[in-house]
Amino acid sequence: MARYLSKKILIYAITFFLAVTLNFVIPRMMPGDPIQSLVSRFQIMEGGSEILERQLILLFNLDEPLIVQYFNYWKSIFTGDFGISIMQFPRPVTEIINKAIIYDIILLVPATILSWIVGNKLGAFSGVNKKADNVLMPIFYFLTSSPYFWLAGVVSFFLGVKLGLFPISGAYSVSMVPGFNWPFIVDYFKHWFLPFLSIFLVELGGWAIGMRNMIIYERSSNYSRYMEALGASDKMIRKYGFRNGVLPQVTGLALRIAGIIGGAITVETVFNYPGLGRMMLNSVLNQDYFLLQGIFLAVVVMALVANFLVDIVYMFIDPRVRHSFAGEV
Amino acid sequence: MAKEFWKKHENLYYAITNKKVIFGLTIFILVILLAIFGPMLTPYEYDEYAGAPYSPPSRQHLFGTNIMGQDVFTMTVYGLRTTLIVGLIAGTIATIIGCVVGFLAGYYGGSWFDEILMSLTNIFVVIPQLALLIILSAFLEVRGIMVMSIIVSATAWPWLARAVRAQTLSLRNQDYVNLSRISSLKVPRILREDIASNMFSYIFMSYILQFNGTMLATVQLEFLGLGPTKGISLGLVMQNAVNWNAIQLGMWWWGIIPGLILTVMITALYFVNTGLDAAFNPRLREM
Repeated sequence: MARYLSKKILIYAITFFLAVTLNFVIPRMMPGDPIQSLVSRFQIMEGGSEILERQLILLFNLDEPLIVQYFNYWKSIFTGDFGISIMQFPRPVTEIINKAIIYDIILLVPATILSWIVGNKLGAFSGVNKKADNVLMPIFYFLTSSPYFWLAGVVSFFLGVKLGLFPISGAYSVSMVPGFNWPFIVDYFKHWFLPFLSIFLVELGGWAIGMRNMIIYERSSNYSRYMEALGASDKMIRKYGFRNGVLPQVTGLALRIAGIIGGAITVETVFNYPGLGRMMLNSVLNQDYFLLQGIFLAVVVMALVANFLVDIVYMFIDPRVRHSFAGEV
Repeated sequence: MAKEFWKKHENLYYAITNKKVIFGLTIFILVILLAIFGPMLTPYEYDEYAGAPYSPPSRQHLFGTNIMGQDVFTMTVYGLRTTLIVGLIAGTIATIIGCVVGFLAGYYGGSWFDEILMSLTNIFVVIPQLALLIILSAFLEVRGIMVMSIIVSATAWPWLARAVRAQTLSLRNQDYVNLSRISSLKVPRILREDIASNMFSYIFMSYILQFNGTMLATVQLEFLGLGPTKGISLGLVMQNAVNWNAIQLGMWWWGIIPGLILTVMITALYFVNTGLDAAFNPRLREM
């Protein structure tokens, strides 16, 4: 068990290390001159030149040897100093990220978990019911084939514009003051629903397809046939098939996390939802490199944490992992 | 004569008589034809003023016009071309990388070489593709079709590498592979003749899925404005639609149709994929 975890942690540590290094290397490798464009943009801001100097020392300090620059970059990461945003001058990048990441978590965690649960149930149902299968499978394929942002456009057109059920832009109404009171929470969830639904639906298709195939596969395996021969009820065979089918789906969850986070970036753009995704895109469009790099790291860390949680869950539901790494098998 | 042929190519027979394959392939070919011949069918250029703005689909403008009076059909077919090409090249590169890494890691399974390759793969699995792509694209000021394809494929191969490795591991200790090994055949030849050729159908189906994945990744990047810097692409059409509030204005022909074509095409390929699965896999055939 400890070996399983420590191996995973090592991978995540390397990933984090590479992400930071990539962040450091890319601006220095790319054609064009980001520094020149920064200088010209900071000059028009009030007090810009002093801040610019500090920024450059922090992130680009080009007079020093590369290795020193690199160590300085690491230092700034551990002190949580990612520089000042240009777009929302003069707010620090860390502050912007802290504020935006909450929206992402409230959006992504329920969408991922619910789509996984509902998708697995529907897929299992579809796998044992031929009639339902013929109707449901094309729908699942269609959902999983949709680009996130396109499905977001579809639901916002039908549920938002045509039926007028939900607002289609922002995280809460402009007239609202954020706070922990009932009207605000209701308003917040109304705005939350469509982005949630878009991610939920796209993911749902993939999980259902996976589970359906697993169930069909498990049904034709020897243990299912044996149980059938012993006269076990259909429901019982299904239950065992489901339990075996869930394992690959949990592994699949770990594989999908990165994709879901990516999809959320585009969905947030459609709904103008103030999470990290839209912030990232805005920082690209405004060439706000400090913010962009900060968000990239935040997104990577988010993915790492999520993956780690899935690993732990997997360890608990698969006895083989628990035992084999403890040396019992 | 014909009978002989089908007996030899049993899989092919089951493949092309499978209803799902026929259905999916028909749609796929229609979309491809649209991308190839569409630009010749339309009298407009994709960036010119073609007719009254805001007009819904009509005989003159199949998919209507957008807010600037451009013809949405024209934009869609031109954009479809770019997106398909990028997706196809990226899918091909990603499949090749995935297979090579998977074969090598699987063949040398358990060795330090395998460990390194798999660690690399797992790192790429964890990093959010799109975020990495955004970072890369953001600093590259000029992006052509080839650069786009390489960027997309660089993050698309890991799942395939893992899948191919697992398959290779299970083939590696078959008797005929051992025989080749003790006959001191060269490793590339063993991989090619004993392992790859036995996984052909699997790799072919993975190629279809890979193509689906790279298409989606490409269109997402384009939607974020990080597609090829010149010309038009499907994602760009939809980005414009969102930027100009096409959805709020109820212009579904601008905001929804271009994406619908792509979604239908990818769905069709999924059908081909499941159909082929049933054809190649005798256990599923009777269903």
